[in-house]
Amino acid sequence: MDYQSASQFAQSYGLLYLFGLFIIVLAYALWPRNKEKFDKAAQIPFEEE
Amino acid sequence: MLNHKTVEKNSILMVILVLIVVSIGGIIEIAPLFYLESTIEKVKGMRPYSPLELAGRDIYIREGCYNCHSQMVRPLRDEAERYGHYSLAAESMYDHPFQWGSKRTGPDLARVGGRYSDEWHTTHMKNPRDVVPESIMPGYPFLATTALEIPDIKGNLIANQMVGVPYTDEMVEKAAADLKTQVDPDADDVDGLLERYPKAQVRDFDGNPELLSEMDALIAYLQMMGTLVEFTSYDADANKR
Amino acid sequence: MNLFWIALTIIAALLGILLSARAADPGMMIHGMLFSIAAVISAFALISRHYRLAQAPSLGNGGGGIDYNIDIVKAGVIASSFWGVVGFLVGLVIALQLAFPVLNFDLPWTNFGRLRPLHTSAVIFAFGGNILIMTSFHVVQRTCRARLAGDLAPWFVFWGYQLFIVLAATGYVLGITQSKEYAEPEWYVDIWLTIVWVVYLLVFLATLWKRQEKHIYVANWFFLAFIVTVAMLHIVNNLSVPVSLTGVKSYSLFAGVQSALTQWWYGHNAVGFFLTAGFLGIMYYFIPKRVNRPVYSYRLSIIHFWSLIFLYIWAGPHHLHYTALPDWAQTLGMTFSIMLWMPSWGGMINGLMTLSGAWDKLRTDPVVRFLVASVAFYGMSTFEGPLMSIKAVNALSHYTDWTIGHVHSGALGWVAYISFGALYFLVPVLWKRKSLYSDALVNLHFWVSTVGILLYITAMWVSGILQGLMWRAYDSFGFLEYSFSETVEAMHPFYIIRAIGGLLFVLGSLIMVYNLWRTARGDIREKEAGSLVPNAEFAGAR
Repeated sequence: MDYQSASQFAQSYGLLYLFGLFIIVLAYALWPRNKEKFDKAAQIPFEEE
Repeated sequence: MLNHKTVEKNSILMVILVLIVVSIGGIIEIAPLFYLESTIEKVKGMRPYSPLELAGRDIYIREGCYNCHSQMVRPLRDEAERYGHYSLAAESMYDHPFQWGSKRTGPDLARVGGRYSDEWHTTHMKNPRDVVPESIMPGYPFLATTALEIPDIKGNLIANQMVGVPYTDEMVEKAAADLKTQVDPDADDVDGLLERYPKAQVRDFDGNPELLSEMDALIAYLQMMGTLVEFTSYDADANKR
Repeated sequence: MNLFWIALTIIAALLGILLSARAADPGMMIHGMLFSIAAVISAFALISRHYRLAQAPSLGNGGGGIDYNIDIVKAGVIASSFWGVVGFLVGLVIALQLAFPVLNFDLPWTNFGRLRPLHTSAVIFAFGGNILIMTSFHVVQRTCRARLAGDLAPWFVFWGYQLFIVLAATGYVLGITQSKEYAEPEWYVDIWLTIVWVVYLLVFLATLWKRQEKHIYVANWFFLAFIVTVAMLHIVNNLSVPVSLTGVKSYSLFAGVQSALTQWWYGHNAVGFFLTAGFLGIMYYFIPKRVNRPVYSYRLSIIHFWSLIFLYIWAGPHHLHYTALPDWAQTLGMTFSIMLWMPSWGGMINGLMTLSGAWDKLRTDPVVRFLVASVAFYGMSTFEGPLMSIKAVNALSHYTDWTIGHVHSGALGWVAYISFGALYFLVPVLWKRKSLYSDALVNLHFWVSTVGILLYITAMWVSGILQGLMWRAYDSFGFLEYSFSETVEAMHPFYIIRAIGGLLFVLGSLIMVYNLWRTARGDIREKEAGSLVPNAEFAGAR
């Protein structure tokens, strides 16, 4: 493998992969239907005993 | 207690996702270094350490010299003037592990070989402030009085062989003898040693021929640092990284 | 089952003796003995436990509620306080050695080169590691509302980890090291840590499996990522071939460039996952608990988590700018380091804003002050880090004290402060006390150590930038203006200031230990009896 092809791969598919991952995380975190779940989760530390 | 309902999916899924996310970065960054041909330059002169130099290097590691001294001259103008030609990847290709360092409490040592006399090094090691009044380096007087004791130098070379250093079987066989030969210019097999390890410096390093000391080994290592590569035949442009 | 474990400890003891007797070098002889002694002690402990349990079968907790494993967390509090003071003290010693080299005593066991790894390992792995194990065991129990999984396993993790620390520390003093920063212990100690770590992961996971909550609280995500990733880093970076199975020496599998990048991939992610992700787990539990309000944005914490672990793993090469590492790797490392600024500050904002509406607590509760100051220091050092990863800045800062100052603003300001906050929170909770012994002493600790940190990092900024500039200074003839030794001489006053800063930090930690000890005993400082911040969990249990 030479440097040229490696860097081309990184700058195209690599970037796409990175961005895709970020979108998935954003979607999961901000999905409206998940809001209630997360609001409840935030209360977990206070539900002991 | 652990039925299949309680061994539930989310935590395992999370472990797997975390592993995927964190291993991709490492693989993409590290793996090409083993495959890209341009990573290590083609140079003339690199050879494995002689047994004495290797023993010295092990003492360098043992005493933690890497905490204060780098072995990596950067391609910056002032460093070229202070230390010499910038370091090549090839120069540490037999270093298991590398000794590039991360801090210069003391100066870089990548090209210290041949800069000072053996006597200077011996005095400096015993009490650095005798030769450099401003120095804050610890003194290592015990190195001169401690005999170089290695349980099995052959084993050290074999372990290096196993991780990829091209020691020949002859080198391994003669390791113990080579260790002693390098501090004794009158020994029988000096020519053989020089053939196996070109440019190896053969002499008593610490000024005490009676004892093969840890100081001998350490100075032998310091005196060879950065002296192997033949820069007259090195073509920087052909090795652009 | 108990008999099986007792048999195993006896086998381990014999193995240690055998190793010691057949050792190829004095180092292995001593470590074989140490291992054997540890095994004998565990055998005795197991046997006495066996009889104790036989006489008085499990009592349960005698009432409702969950029977949390509190003892293991208590042990962690004691161990981390102890190792913290030790680690800070060794740091003070080596700071003084740099100012006054005569303090090296010219002996093998006391020189800077051997004591510096002792300091870094003591603070990162002994203090930080015990804090992480202890808090993760506390948090995972509470947020899952389940007792810690395993009976002996958590104790194996605790004592096995202490044995790792003792083997590593004695090894450094004896000159046993791989010379890989923050991964100095030799091959056999690495194997031992791997075993302990796998059990740690299993205990943590098994507790998650027992949970009564549907959702896994975000603090546990951070702890889990920390445990899993550190396991991966530890194993890959420590791959090596020992010279002999009865000797301490080994040669690492990788050489030169590959060895360098693997090491700094490890080294940077030791910062990223050990000193950041793990401690963020602490932040996401203890700050909400102490100010009694949920985390500012749970959604932000999820984005924070994934982007942090994704970006951190790439940032290692910024430790190797302008070296023989190929340029593409350096550029990649720099790019990701700069991007890392974003999730880091997202996390900081999330931590700080948790206080919104309760900012008065900053004035009334000194423990909150520790927690908030730690997040502020986190923000500062995660801004400084990306800055220093820019190649042009790095050309100046690298190899100088600036790096040391940067590390300590993160280590003292962020890691130690959030740990102190957690300790101050936990001791009244675990020992079931109404409050701390004294809030005034917490306040004193805060100010003494804050002045210490500020002296430390400002001294290192000045000395680092000064030395960097001196190295590259040219005189009017075009020659280098300063010899190396002149630049060393110029550092002297700053090394003294740094040592004073370190001394203050040590004093602060001693004040804390005293306060925690009196708290555990159940004492209340009379002067403050009416004004102490109450332990919310104690009141809740009434």
